[in-house]
Amino acid sequence: MDPQAAKMIGAGIACIGMGGAGVGVGTIFGHYLAAALRNPSAAQGQFANLIFGFAVTEALGIFSLLIALLLLFAL
Amino acid sequence: MDPIHQFEIKNLFPIVRIGTAEIAFTNSAVFMLIGLVLILLLMVGATRSRALVPGRLQSVAETSYEFVAETLRSIAGPEGMKFFPFVFSIFMFILVLNVIGIIPYTFTVTSHIIITISFALLVFLTVIIYGFWKNGVHFMKLFVPTGIPIYILPLVSFIEVMSFLSRPVSHSVRLFANMLAGHITLKVFGGFVTMLGAWGLLGWFGAIVPLGLTVALTALELLVAVLQAYVFAILTCIYLNDAIHPGH
Repeated sequence: MDPQAAKMIGAGIACIGMGGAGVGVGTIFGHYLAAALRNPSAAQGQFANLIFGFAVTEALGIFSLLIALLLLFAL
Repeated sequence: MDPIHQFEIKNLFPIVRIGTAEIAFTNSAVFMLIGLVLILLLMVGATRSRALVPGRLQSVAETSYEFVAETLRSIAGPEGMKFFPFVFSIFMFILVLNVIGIIPYTFTVTSHIIITISFALLVFLTVIIYGFWKNGVHFMKLFVPTGIPIYILPLVSFIEVMSFLSRPVSHSVRLFANMLAGHITLKVFGGFVTMLGAWGLLGWFGAIVPLGLTVALTALELLVAVLQAYVFAILTCIYLNDAIHPGH
């Protein structure tokens, strides 16, 4: 196979990993919203935790995006 | 129409040569200086009059100050407030650089891994050095969670050490990749507009869709720019909390 084509396919496959991060981020915000509607007074106090969980989850998706970008432009 | 072209670093004029390496004043340095001057103008200008009822500029400065102070105090406790100047400088610098990058024809300093990894390593080394200086060997309690059965403790400690060591990587790559991906997306959609526009009148009508999407994505990028600066600051607070209060 042409190496350039293999790189492109590899970059596309690497982006699948971002789907998992999408599921994770959706779960975090969905559960936050569900909990915030049950107890709105406690919601504001958990905002930092929400952002922390979001950041940690999103990092994994960003890693796969990084692999895709490396395959496309750096390697 | 190369979407990567916007991240190119240009040497404006050379400063000093060390061997074969050239240290030059680049467009990245220009935008860092602009960011620094903007922060200085905001902070110095806002605190010059020091009115009891703050004006517009003063309330921007006060709100950002109190926002970071409240975040740091709630995460790292009152002892963490000695790191307030550090966290506030990092937050304001990244925030201003991110927001400057949204403006067309500007350069996004934080879209380069060397910038973000410098910030992340600064935080990482601060945590290690301050942690050992303040707590001595007790800093190692960070890697030994309490209440874990002894036979799986080596495995858990290994995972804790690994996650600690990967912190600067995830800390820096998150900011850098978010900025990079966002700006590439904007550029790609901007490219669709010019491509369709080249088709003539019919293309002009078609170009309304990607143009509208570009505007919407710019708004989203503004949210991401502020959010990533906040995320960077909040993770800095959490890592500093580990240095101040090790042990789970």
